Amino acid sequence: MQEHSEHHIVPKRVYALVFATLIVLTWVTAWVATVDLGAFNIYVALSIATFKASIVVLFFMHVKYGTRLTKFIVCSGILWLMFLLFVTMGDIWTRSWMGVPGR
Amino acid sequence: MIAASAPVKEQKNYLNAENGLKSWLLTQDHKRIAILYLLSVTVFFIVGGLFAALIRLELTTPAGDMLDSNTYNKVFTAHGVVMIFFFLIPSIPAILGNFLLPLMIGAKDLAFPRINLLSWYVYMLGGTLGVIVLATGGVDTGWTFYTPLSTTYSNGYVVLTAMAAFVAGFSSILTGLNFIVTVHRMRAPGLTWFRLPLFVWAHYATSVIMILGTPVIAVTLFMLMLERGLHIGFFDPAYGGDPVLFQHLFWFYSHPAVYIMILPSMGVISEVMSTFCTKKPFGYTFIAFSSVAIAVFGFLVWGHHLFVSSQSAYAGMVFSILTYIVAIPSAIKVFNWAATMYKGQVRLTAPMLYAIGFIGLFTVGGLTGLFLAAMGLDVHVTDTYFVVAHFHYVMVGGAIMGYMAGIHYWWPKITGRMYNQLWAKVSCCLVFIGFNLTFFPQFVLGYMGMPRRYHVYPAEFQVLNVLSSGGAAILGLGYLIPAVYFLWSLKYGAPAGDNPWGATTLEWQTSSPPPTTNFEVTPVVTTEVYDYTNAEVPHIV
Amino acid sequence: MSSHSSVAAHDAAHDPNLKHHFENADQQKESASIGMWVFLLTELMFFGGLFLAYFVYRQWYPEAFIAASNKTDVLVGAINTTVLICSSLTMALAVHYASKGRRELLVLFLIATLLLGGIFLGVKGYEYHDKWVHHEIPGEHFECHGCADEVHTQLFFSLYFGMTGLHASHMIIGFGVLLVLIWQAWKGQFSAKWYTPIEMFGLYWHFVDIVWIFLFPLLYLIDRVGRPLL
Repeated sequence: MQEHSEHHIVPKRVYALVFATLIVLTWVTAWVATVDLGAFNIYVALSIATFKASIVVLFFMHVKYGTRLTKFIVCSGILWLMFLLFVTMGDIWTRSWMGVPGR
Repeated sequence: MIAASAPVKEQKNYLNAENGLKSWLLTQDHKRIAILYLLSVTVFFIVGGLFAALIRLELTTPAGDMLDSNTYNKVFTAHGVVMIFFFLIPSIPAILGNFLLPLMIGAKDLAFPRINLLSWYVYMLGGTLGVIVLATGGVDTGWTFYTPLSTTYSNGYVVLTAMAAFVAGFSSILTGLNFIVTVHRMRAPGLTWFRLPLFVWAHYATSVIMILGTPVIAVTLFMLMLERGLHIGFFDPAYGGDPVLFQHLFWFYSHPAVYIMILPSMGVISEVMSTFCTKKPFGYTFIAFSSVAIAVFGFLVWGHHLFVSSQSAYAGMVFSILTYIVAIPSAIKVFNWAATMYKGQVRLTAPMLYAIGFIGLFTVGGLTGLFLAAMGLDVHVTDTYFVVAHFHYVMVGGAIMGYMAGIHYWWPKITGRMYNQLWAKVSCCLVFIGFNLTFFPQFVLGYMGMPRRYHVYPAEFQVLNVLSSGGAAILGLGYLIPAVYFLWSLKYGAPAGDNPWGATTLEWQTSSPPPTTNFEVTPVVTTEVYDYTNAEVPHIV
Repeated sequence: MSSHSSVAAHDAAHDPNLKHHFENADQQKESASIGMWVFLLTELMFFGGLFLAYFVYRQWYPEAFIAASNKTDVLVGAINTTVLICSSLTMALAVHYASKGRRELLVLFLIATLLLGGIFLGVKGYEYHDKWVHHEIPGEHFECHGCADEVHTQLFFSLYFGMTGLHASHMIIGFGVLLVLIWQAWKGQFSAKWYTPIEMFGLYWHFVDIVWIFLFPLLYLIDRVGRPLL
């Protein structure tokens, strides 16, 4: 329980690597949008964005070195966002199933 | 009388530590901020109550002879907005939670005292905006602000009202944030999670809802304001939007908000039950975890407000099942309270009477919620008085009964004075009778088909409506009497002593009223929670 | 950890930054950190509502969204994303040097963050101006010549302005806080022992960056097939 957030100083090398990855992926995602992947374009774009966001959270925001509680808070935030997005989308996706307008 | 004759040396406490208006308006003491909230929330309760009185007065006759339809729309909207955003949501957390949370966990204050004070100012700012709306002509959309009525057709001050709710929401977020950090990091040595009073568990669960739900209503109102004010459309079909999306976003907060109102009350009832049955609550862990379960599952049931809003029938089925599931943790609590009373040393004090009343009324409110969760039946009673009666049983019969139980239970701690038990019991009975007389006929009316939000109705509904209005008068009287004896007790009440009820939680170990730093020495907890083995049980008349 | 606790006791006696209701500096620091993360949680849900609206309407009106998205300038968007990522790096370095008690480097990197944030907002302003000139701001003056589905193209721009506007307002608030922090850092109010405000602000700034990381592909990059990037 009482994990002290030890002053973990992240090596500058890690920052440089994360930064380079973020820049490269930014231009990769812009380029990949011009390639015809059919329905997969959005999934590729969102996967790249999620990966970029994850390394920002883990390294720039120090969650990788943080307490269990911090990790728990981050995970529950993502879970609740998924509640909001997917439960509502569940309605949107199934609305036409009955073949009755407005149902 | 005792206070006047015995020259007891007045102890330094949070009330007399500093004097003057400035010492109150700039205080960072959680107990004083709780008093600020108590005063302002009470004002809004009175305002909301007056609007309720207007509604009931209009509905005594089938014709619309007192208010025209437009004014009636504004009156029930004002009643809803004031009662929900400015009374029920802040009532128990911001008053009792603020006062008691640090005391119960043996801390000197909440983690962020300045943010705590800020939350009160933010609340007052939201309240002021609300009052400006009321004073300049009101708004007629109902508290739900459904689009496109609110964004296109309403002829009231929608943007300003939305702004008021938006601002008040931030006050609630700040309170929730403060509570979560406080429970995690400010507990006294030895106070493990399973030694926390159930009131603290309930407030922790409430805070989770506040911080995860409130931002969603905030952004929804933000979009609403953009659509109404700047014609940047999101929901109105004229702009290509979907009104049902508004309802999804709105209820993603507003259904869990019901649990913001009821969970703290449940926490109060757990404390009161334990103290006046002189017994550890039956199934402590079950009650604790059921609070958390309500907070989590409560987020997954919002679609039961959209059964007739052209939501997908498949989504409706899932929401219906999930709604049945969320009843389980609530039922666990009710059964555990009843089991706590079994073979307990029950003392029927005023707070205990309110708590017992809570259990009965909340059970009715909760069970009728299950009727409404059944999709077929819901189609029949949607937007009728059945729904109105259901949620008043939960919010008034549940949340306000719990609030009254809490105020009566901790009044001696907050003020250091005892109030008159007999009058308190009389007013509790009036509230119980008045409440049932007001809202039980509404179940019948709704089932017979009387729709909500109309100021005229067919003549055959009059008898039940008159009963309801008469009950409301008794209910109002039941709420007025406590104001009198509480004020009376401030000057003439007998000094309460540190622990008048023989309770075991930490807030009763310090003096009444507590000193500014709460405890002279930080308490170290070595025993389990609700340990009555060495407790003295005073006899209270 | 006996040495540790004696340090804490020493702090309690002398540390002017320790508030009276905390037992020690560690408790205070962790409280601030949890508080900040909980706040970011609320921010996540706050943006979440707009993201939900985006996904719902994109599901329903893909053609209109493609047409509208192609009216944005990818190159400008990509450059702006790069600028914002650079500002995240400078912010991370500012926290790094704060933890080492290097005042000059702390101030330097905070100023760099401020400048990069300023460039981002400037570019954003240029884009808004462009939209204004082309009547692409939703409302009475919205015009879309040759659009197959004008009303839903407008809906895309409602979301575009709602999302980027909310994001930009977070940047502007951050801008204001940064100015205060630079002033405080210059006056030497932070040390290797106590730099909590810098650390907390860093979390906020990175969060705002993350929101943009998602906004960029969602708003600028819908179906650019067959269109050159540059």
